[in-house]
Amino acid sequence: MKRLILAIAGLTLSVAAFASEGEELPLPFKPDPANLFSVQRGARDFMAYCSGCHSMKHLRYNRIGEDLGIPEDMLKKNLMFTSQKAGDPIISSMPAAESEKWFGRTPPDLTVEARYRGADWIYNYLNTFYLDPSRPNGVNNLALPGVAMPAVLWELQGWQVKPAEAKGDAAKPEAGEEEWHSTGLTLVQPGKLSPEEYQKFTADITNFMVYAAEPGREGRISLGFKVILYLLVLTVLTYLLKREFWKDVH
Amino acid sequence: MAIIPNPHKTTGFLGWIDDRFPLTKLWKDHIAEYYAPKNFNFWYFFGSLAMLVLVNQLITGIFLTMHYKPDATQAWDSVEYIMRDVPWGNVIRYLHSTGASAFFVVVYLHMYRGLLYGSYRKPRELIWIFGMLIFFALMAEAFCGYVLPWGQMSYWGAHVIISLFGAIPGIGPDLVVWIQGDYVPSDATLNRLFSLHVVALPFVLVGLVIAHLIALHEVGSNNPDGIEIKKKKDPVTHIPLDGIPFHPYYTVKDLFGVSVFLIIFLGVVFFAPDGGGYVLEKPNFLPANPLVTPPEITPAWYFGAFYAILRAIPNKLLGVIAMFSSVLVIFLVPWLDRSKVKSIRYKGPFTKIALALFTIAFAVLVYLGMHPVSEERTLVARIGTAIYFGFFLLMPFYSSMEKTKTEPERVTE
Repeated sequence: MKRLILAIAGLTLSVAAFASEGEELPLPFKPDPANLFSVQRGARDFMAYCSGCHSMKHLRYNRIGEDLGIPEDMLKKNLMFTSQKAGDPIISSMPAAESEKWFGRTPPDLTVEARYRGADWIYNYLNTFYLDPSRPNGVNNLALPGVAMPAVLWELQGWQVKPAEAKGDAAKPEAGEEEWHSTGLTLVQPGKLSPEEYQKFTADITNFMVYAAEPGREGRISLGFKVILYLLVLTVLTYLLKREFWKDVH
Repeated sequence: MAIIPNPHKTTGFLGWIDDRFPLTKLWKDHIAEYYAPKNFNFWYFFGSLAMLVLVNQLITGIFLTMHYKPDATQAWDSVEYIMRDVPWGNVIRYLHSTGASAFFVVVYLHMYRGLLYGSYRKPRELIWIFGMLIFFALMAEAFCGYVLPWGQMSYWGAHVIISLFGAIPGIGPDLVVWIQGDYVPSDATLNRLFSLHVVALPFVLVGLVIAHLIALHEVGSNNPDGIEIKKKKDPVTHIPLDGIPFHPYYTVKDLFGVSVFLIIFLGVVFFAPDGGGYVLEKPNFLPANPLVTPPEITPAWYFGAFYAILRAIPNKLLGVIAMFSSVLVIFLVPWLDRSKVKSIRYKGPFTKIALALFTIAFAVLVYLGMHPVSEERTLVARIGTAIYFGFFLLMPFYSSMEKTKTEPERVTE
């Protein structure tokens, strides 16, 4: 029996070794798609800043309304710019073929982006645009080097630069100076939002995108609790049943 | 000997049926009067659990097929349609996707049980062969199913696996085109894999499961002591002294096993359906794009060990041969084991060391198969491959040479 336990332990340990070895992202981020207000703000901001170019073709406006508690008139007034039918999916008005010529690639559909890239990646992507004269758009990105998208949120965030690496420690200002993020980028021209406000803004958009990637998530989790609770009771009952029947086996 | 209708002499409505169909006979032969050893332990839950997962796959599969579109231009979108617009479609899909991984978990543990207690030894060789055929069909079924969502890894996984047939000398390249129905994986490929996944292979699987169970019930179950309970029977009733009827004893015990299993399984389904990226891989949230190769093409975790063996061999053809051999060699275990005893409990130190090394090697190979190659990893994969094959091919020697303990007369607690 001891050896069996050892064998099981061996199997378990090797499973633990599966822990993924992802790339390092400078900003830690934990999404919170259960935060209704954050997701609502994110929906508003996504529709205002992102949906001009990016579709979410698998997400319907009225699904957002139902899940986030937004009445249809408010939905139509604040979120729907390209369609007046609440049952329509979010389709941007960006022409696919032309936009590929303009940007080098068609802006991708973002419905399940949060499940493809991960919420932390999106948050880092939105926060780490920096000026890079060598790029056609004049900007680059720490999460997606060689990014094709222009820094469309610059008015809000301002402009960041990447301090020349050669300067090293000399360029590093005193700890506590607010323009320093853990990204190592320096804010050279402030935007409309303070760095804290901008981080909150991007967190909202990320939370919305996590919601959009699986609108059924909350429903599944709340059903999950009920199912597990039922199974715990069932396990006790089946255990007692087993014990009762097995009393006479010697 | 002719078939005797209604051997249990039932009367009334049941008798009417039993005169025409062996309902009572089947029930008694396979469930109520099937005598199983009373000393089954933890490892004996996985057979019934495999059956449970199979039923789960069939039922959820039927509902997914109602909404899925086997069309290269629509497949990926139809999966998202299931996830969003089909009521509880996300749960049905997760039950199926998590079910695939769970199937391999329970089947691997079920096979491991066989290795531990010598469940493949005479007279149970055919049970093992049927079981291995189930495993083979299951791998084909899982591969076909993995391709259906038509995500990036579905597409490129299909590309890599089907192109393996191209390594066969002479007919290889033509064979690949014949399998794919095109020069690259395409709509034609998706359609035929769909057909295999929902029609052909489930038929084969269910048929083999029935054969596996008929063979098992013909000879009776092995047990952790690896001794035959049929050798010690009650002189009057002819019931094995260490046997207990499958129903109600093992039906209630398996119900408990099912409850515990469901807590773990549904825990993943409801709270972590991505399984940390091992049940649903991130690249599959991007639709298939034949023009963009993903940075790494990795197999599903359950194929990891076999893929690692493939990559460990520098020559493609030899690698493919090694990969197929690594599955085929398991078929031979009943004839490779020459030990005087069946169960690991009474086997000698060589077998125990060999099994421990094999267990570690298999787990390491699974890990390596899922991660990018490097020089060190290839070296480890080669050592793992050597241990993997050594475990099987040296079995005739180490199993017969070692000093074994004496088997007990009756099963132990």
